[in-house]
Amino acid sequence: MSVIVYTENWDGKFKKLSFELASYATKLAEMLGSEAVALSLGPVGEEELRKLGKYGISRILSMENNSLEPFDPRLYTGAIASAAGRESAGVIIMANNNTGKALAPRLAVRLKAAICPGAIRLPESTAPFVVSKRVFSGNAIARTELKTGVKIITLTQNSFDLVERPVEPRIETIDAGLDGGTSPLRIKEVQKQSGNLLLTDAEIVVSGGRGMKSSENWGPIEELAELLGGATACSRPVSDEGWRPHEEHTGQTGKIIAPNLYFAIGISGATQHLAGISSSKYIVAINNDKDAPVFEAAQYGIVGDASKVLPKLVKALRKAKSE
Amino acid sequence: MNILVCISQVPDTTTRVKFTGNNTKLDTTGIQWVINPWDELSLTRSLELKEDASAGVDRVSVAHVGPASSEPTIRKALAIGADDAYRVNTEASGAFPVAVQLAKVVREENFDVILCGIESSDYNGSSVGGMLAELLDYPSVSGISGLNVENGEPELIREIDGGKEVLSLPVPFVGIVQKGIAKEPRIAAMRGIMQARTKPIRVIDPDEVEPLAEYLDFEPPQPRPACIFIDPDHPEKLIGLLQNEAKVI
Ligand SMILES: Cc1cc2nc3c(=O)[nH]c(=O)nc-3n(C[C@H](O)[C@H](O)[C@H](O)COP(=O)(O)OP(=O)(O)OC[C@H]3O[C@@H](n4cnc5c(N)ncnc54)[C@H](O)[C@@H]3O)c2cc1C
Ligand SMILES: Nc1ncnc2c1ncn2[C@@H]1O[C@H](COP(=O)(O)O)[C@@H](O)[C@H]1O
Repeated sequence: MSVIVYTENWDGKFKKLSFELASYATKLAEMLGSEAVALSLGPVGEEELRKLGKYGISRILSMENNSLEPFDPRLYTGAIASAAGRESAGVIIMANNNTGKALAPRLAVRLKAAICPGAIRLPESTAPFVVSKRVFSGNAIARTELKTGVKIITLTQNSFDLVERPVEPRIETIDAGLDGGTSPLRIKEVQKQSGNLLLTDAEIVVSGGRGMKSSENWGPIEELAELLGGATACSRPVSDEGWRPHEEHTGQTGKIIAPNLYFAIGISGATQHLAGISSSKYIVAINNDKDAPVFEAAQYGIVGDASKVLPKLVKALRKAKSE
Repeated sequence: MNILVCISQVPDTTTRVKFTGNNTKLDTTGIQWVINPWDELSLTRSLELKEDASAGVDRVSVAHVGPASSEPTIRKALAIGADDAYRVNTEASGAFPVAVQLAKVVREENFDVILCGIESSDYNGSSVGGMLAELLDYPSVSGISGLNVENGEPELIREIDGGKEVLSLPVPFVGIVQKGIAKEPRIAAMRGIMQARTKPIRVIDPDEVEPLAEYLDFEPPQPRPACIFIDPDHPEKLIGLLQNEAKVI
């Protein structure tokens, strides 16, 4: 009954979230007295694969197959299910992101497994198997019992710290088990987003709301994000107005993120906005209304006019960085 | 082409959630139920396509798994413009049972495009769409932010890490919808509300199915400590706190 962790790579490089998943899987395998095995789909070099060993992964199954392009959840489900069968997997761990959300439910039906979507911590017990997740857009936490033999957990990003447990992993190349299946999906065009760091991957996010007044005032937000190595984001009305691209919109109907640090600038803090960002470790709010609800969610606040505060903040940050 | 929009009903997004029975159940007193926001957008987009003669959409239906008490939500969808509705007459008790009931509806009827939302805004399950597709052995596409149909041929926009893809695939399929598919949800007009009264809702008996997972209880999240305010003339203090106290920069 091994613990299988489904890793994700981007152009052959693992993202940090794969190491979070690996750390989580290693801990869970310890709880279950079993082994954590990583699954990697697509071309990833050996050196990159070995990085998973740092987080306690002793065995890595690597699948390369041309039919894994484009991303077709039905085919991927087949590939993961065949690996799960081969390893007699007890638990499968994935990220609670677009990929995990596309695969986990299909896999659950295929394997007759229960899912805990968006788990925020390790299971509190493994018999019965009880794990917690956020519900009501972060307004409550639910303890969920998974009652099936095989279980699937999708882990909320940034909710589990990396744990280093270096081991020398064994790498096995395995067949994707697609039985000659090919995808009916035809990709006609790919539109790459401009250089901006991926919002869902960023550890620091600088976000602006309607209080920024117009798209022309985004200079200091971009500057702050760049200085901090972070990404930019916005509230929904800002993307509706077309001041910013809609990929940047965070909140209940936009992206749900959990960075280490989130700046909410000229954002009132409506529940629907907070639903997408309230899992951030730290929230800094800048708003000229001292009663804005955003201050209830924030640890640090500045009451003031963003157009005056931001340039000063950028200047102070430059100074701090040069010291 | 026929489109089926699966709709869940959720507490209005401004609801203050409370629990009863030792925190084991949602306290539904005073809750205003609405159509899950993504489903409202899927319905809006489907109706736009139906009105566009070149798309070739003949019918837009909605399906809901829930008891008779959820009919007002279904009537709302009909008032917005859906042609007809299916209700599987059972309590929605988890993603898997709901997907099984929806699969029953799809097997009995003839739908080309089936739309589900990326998640219900209450339990944030993100599961029903994918499960439904797997039960039907249909392809599924997640993260859809655009849907076009030209002479019955669908074209989808899928959000991927670092960009988007424009893709096509033959029907039938399940599309799992996120933001962007329609700009604003359509609101029911008086005429629509009148028409909705006579539109058909077919009530279907549920299949027997055991839930695979169960919510044991709920805890409200810990309140955050009070905000520390920093003098707007001294932003360097904020930077100091972020560096030394929070240790995040
Ligand atoms: C079903 C549903 C889903 C929704 N989903 C989302 C979502 O996903 N994401 C989202 O963001 N919203 C969402 N909304 C909208 C949400 O309810 C709010 O309307 C929205 O978040 C408000 O955006 P805002 O804070 O930028 O604007 P406002 O509410 O207008 O707030 C602007 C803020 O800027 C401050 N301000 C003004 N001038 C200045 C200045 N010079 N300097 C500093 N501060 C200033 C004001 O005090 C105010 O607090 C949703 C709504 C519904 C009904
Ligand atoms: N009771 C239900 N009846 C019909 N469709 C549902 C129901 N519950 C969920 N769905 C569909 O599944 C999507 C995702 O819901 P969930 O998996 O519950 O987060 C929703 O946006 C709906 O399209």
